[in-house]
Amino acid sequence: MSDPIHVTLPGDAGSLRSLKAGTEVLLSGRVFTARDATHIRIVAELGETGRLPYDLAGETLFYAGPTPPAAGRPAGAVGPTTAARMDAWTPALLKAGIVATIGKGARGDSVRTACMMHGAVYLAAVGGAAALLATHVVGAETIAYPELGTEALVRLELDRLPVWVAIDVWGHDLYALARQSSAEEMSP
Amino acid sequence: MVRSADIARAAHAAIVEAATTLRPDVREALERARAAEPSPRGREVIGQLLENASIACRDGVPLCQDTGTVWVWIELGADECPGGDLQAAVDDAVRSAYRQHALRMSVVVDALGDRTNTGDNTPAFVDVTLRPGSGATVHVMLKGGGSDNASALAMLDPSAGAEGITRFVIDTVSAKATGACPPLVVGVGVGGTFDTVGKLAKKALLRPVGRPAGSPAAAALEKRLLAEINALGIGPAGLGGMATALAVHVTTAPCHIAAMPVAVNLGCSAMRSVTVEVA
Repeated sequence: MSDPIHVTLPGDAGSLRSLKAGTEVLLSGRVFTARDATHIRIVAELGETGRLPYDLAGETLFYAGPTPPAAGRPAGAVGPTTAARMDAWTPALLKAGIVATIGKGARGDSVRTACMMHGAVYLAAVGGAAALLATHVVGAETIAYPELGTEALVRLELDRLPVWVAIDVWGHDLYALARQSSAEEMSP
Repeated sequence: MVRSADIARAAHAAIVEAATTLRPDVREALERARAAEPSPRGREVIGQLLENASIACRDGVPLCQDTGTVWVWIELGADECPGGDLQAAVDDAVRSAYRQHALRMSVVVDALGDRTNTGDNTPAFVDVTLRPGSGATVHVMLKGGGSDNASALAMLDPSAGAEGITRFVIDTVSAKATGACPPLVVGVGVGGTFDTVGKLAKKALLRPVGRPAGSPAAAALEKRLLAEINALGIGPAGLGGMATALAVHVTTAPCHIAAMPVAVNLGCSAMRSVTVEVA
């Protein structure tokens, strides 16, 4: 495998569009945590005003609910939650200007199509590697919805968080492609 | 004499250990899976999981940000009378463990009505069963949403046989594995009733990873299911490879002549549980 590509958000977000599914990326810069309850709030505000709240246009959503600070780090553990739960809201958010999402697991075709349509990407991090991933999170600031606890909208500052491009702007899906090629390799 | 406070103390310690320390049998299974994994990306994913376990243990931080719901299963000797309010004592243990050790609060008040976070990860999901004699065995399992969501239950006809069970398990894993943090431990319950078969599947996850079932029929089914699951190509983190599952554990039970209940409960790659004896 080739060396990972370094991308700093949001400045380099455009470069994500040139990367194919399967490319390993080390993410730095800022992303915003958003899980189920966060999405309900953001989409409601989008519906009312017609635009993304909290200057989220051009930004990246990380489907994650961190644990509290620990070991001198902003979160003891922070890792991706199942992205498919956010599928219902994602096409509208990509249309409104979210440029990338980070999560774990395969997603529905509506998200793949929306990535192609809006030039957005879906990035996969390793689920269950949250203590390791937390060592790549160097800052955290709550932006909105603190009453949601771990589901608050939090701006995270990343330093080389390892992810893979899972859905690229051409609509290639790493989960489907890798599964198919692995199954073929292993078939007798 | 086992008191409710003793059980609560054991639960507190078990929660902290399960949240931050990978079970040794799980670590060994991951190491074996990495050595056998043909996919370079799959090996890299398992490498991240092993490094993750080292960091969590070294720094006393959670293995996963989803520190789960707490299932406490108490096998209580029938000679014991723990007294007091056992549920409240265990809830206190959950509250203090989650607060003191910076674990994540992941429980809402009510599934349908009030989805406000309870703020202290209570209530614990407590089961008490009786066994002869004295003492108590306390099992604590932390289950994240990703893997518990990736579960399924079917009331099959007896005519479905091992073939039908296999199809149901493979379909469930095939559809849901990528969100459940593979390599998985796949818990399968067969038998009992509608309400008990899910518990059979969950209890199967407590077994040391890869130890075969006692019954030859269940052990044969485990072997077949593991081979079929690991031929799916889903792989570590769902990003391709062989190690979709570390093990399949099948637990069986008596059932009605008309029935063949089947439940699948997926355990993630951290498979967080601790079992302790309380005397």
